[in-house]
Amino acid sequence: MSLHNLTIAEISAGLAKGDFTSVEITQHLLDRIQQLDGQLNSFITVNAEQALAEAKAADERRAAGNATAWTGVPIAHKDLFCTEGTLTSCASKMLSNFVPPYDATVVENFKKEGAVCLGKTNMDEFAMGSSNENSFYGPCKNPWDTERVAGGSSGGSAVAVAARLVPGATATDTGGSIRQPAAFNGLTGLKPTYGRCSRWGMVAYASSLDQAGPIARTAEDAAMMLNVMASFDEKDSTSVDIEKPDYTATLNSDIKGKVIGLPKEFFRDDLDPAMAKTVRDAIAEFEKLGCEVKEVSLPNTHLAVPAYYVVAPAECSANLSRMDGVRFGHRCEDPKDLNDLYKRSRGEGFGAEVKRRIMVGTHALSAGFYDAYYAKAQKIRRLIKNDFVAAFENVDYIMAPVTPSPAFKIGEKTNDPVAMYMEDIFTLSLNLAGLPGMSIPAGAVNGLPVGLQIIGNYWNEAGMLNMAHQFQQVTEHHKQAPQTI
Amino acid sequence: MALDRSDVENIAELARLAIAETDIPQYQTELSNILDLVEQMNAVNTDDVQPMAHPTDAVQRLRKDVVTETNQREKYMACAPAKEAGLFLVPKVIE
Repeated sequence: MSLHNLTIAEISAGLAKGDFTSVEITQHLLDRIQQLDGQLNSFITVNAEQALAEAKAADERRAAGNATAWTGVPIAHKDLFCTEGTLTSCASKMLSNFVPPYDATVVENFKKEGAVCLGKTNMDEFAMGSSNENSFYGPCKNPWDTERVAGGSSGGSAVAVAARLVPGATATDTGGSIRQPAAFNGLTGLKPTYGRCSRWGMVAYASSLDQAGPIARTAEDAAMMLNVMASFDEKDSTSVDIEKPDYTATLNSDIKGKVIGLPKEFFRDDLDPAMAKTVRDAIAEFEKLGCEVKEVSLPNTHLAVPAYYVVAPAECSANLSRMDGVRFGHRCEDPKDLNDLYKRSRGEGFGAEVKRRIMVGTHALSAGFYDAYYAKAQKIRRLIKNDFVAAFENVDYIMAPVTPSPAFKIGEKTNDPVAMYMEDIFTLSLNLAGLPGMSIPAGAVNGLPVGLQIIGNYWNEAGMLNMAHQFQQVTEHHKQAPQTI
Repeated sequence: MALDRSDVENIAELARLAIAETDIPQYQTELSNILDLVEQMNAVNTDDVQPMAHPTDAVQRLRKDVVTETNQREKYMACAPAKEAGLFLVPKVIE
């Protein structure tokens, strides 16, 4: 078997047994990136020299007897995690010259384990988008059909994993940015409970919604990644100090008798029949494994998109005000005064969607509008959360589609922001409620991957990974690879 | 809510964003459409609902007011686009 087809668990085992070295697999994947990524554009920065140095250090650490499960395993980071000494652009012209002086906590966690970072992946600018078309470095292409979108915002992380350029990649999810690209690329992606992973060193988009998580091929690999990514961090004031389990320890627990809720608001009559069938067939597999299925109701689901498009733009308008052309980032030529410096640096540095969201947020937070928009949206969040809390009194998990359709064509929705926003209709409510959600491969429609969403109760990532792993023991969807690669 | 030309200009000024004159009509349409979308929130009465500040109702942690960082001025200023003698450069503010 080629090294690039190995999962993280298999690489970890292979390195431990001495079947190959970290330098060998790192070089193999770097060659593969060079060969294939020209057509996919999943990486913004490839760190060949540094990756090989890290691989060599990992092999030496192993020889010295200090290896962990992660030592020498290659990964990639979404280009929104600060990496000391390596460009962190957030796919924006604004940060196209930004080389951070520090590492994000998530990056540091992987470094401590001795993982090897191959590079930084493409994304929608500042994580704003659902297609990876909003990148200063050009769109990332879907390897299942390169005329279609990668999904977003973590499109590069998903495509790099799907194309077997790297076995796993970090990502972030503010409204679906892990789950939707995972679904579009036939991968396993997990957005943890808000507060599970540190946000320190993640370039902030919407701070009350942002959460880091893994994109990998299998639930087992996602569990291994979450073991590293999740940590309590004093430096993130919303990081929650709660015991972290070993997420791989319970993958093989029996799931018999678990109760799965299907929210009727997610399985509406206007859901595409082929999508509905694929998702329902996947849920039927859980019934075969002994799970019980019942209908639940989340009556405020229809308010998730409107509330999200207040909360996220409002918080982004505040967060992105730090991009001022003074301390870091893009600066316009010959500013005539301070206001001109701010306005032109920002006008030139930000792309169209980022400007739209900053302006919506600025309006929503401006004098006289706060109660009508932000306060109202925060109240809606409470209603949405209460729906889930009530549902989880009767069920262990909630399952639903991830997206209304498989990957759409590049350019299909770029002229209509509101149509693009509706892409995230099934994923946004979890971020508003702070709940964990997963996307796992459920099958295909017209040869394109379709995801099944598993929603868990607060802090139950281990249970969700257990459900996903058991499903992957009896199905083959997660083993499918794009034929074009 | 339909925004007119001056609304867009005012928002752009508040946001410190230079936008092209020719793009204003498009912003008017797009921002108005987005506001129409978000105003669907108004269909539900939320008079007795407490706004949600944190999903798990966690409160802001406090830390001791002590220095935790060492002074790394040059390292932290290395990414500044314009600097001189350890200072960030901006256009003249006070005449």
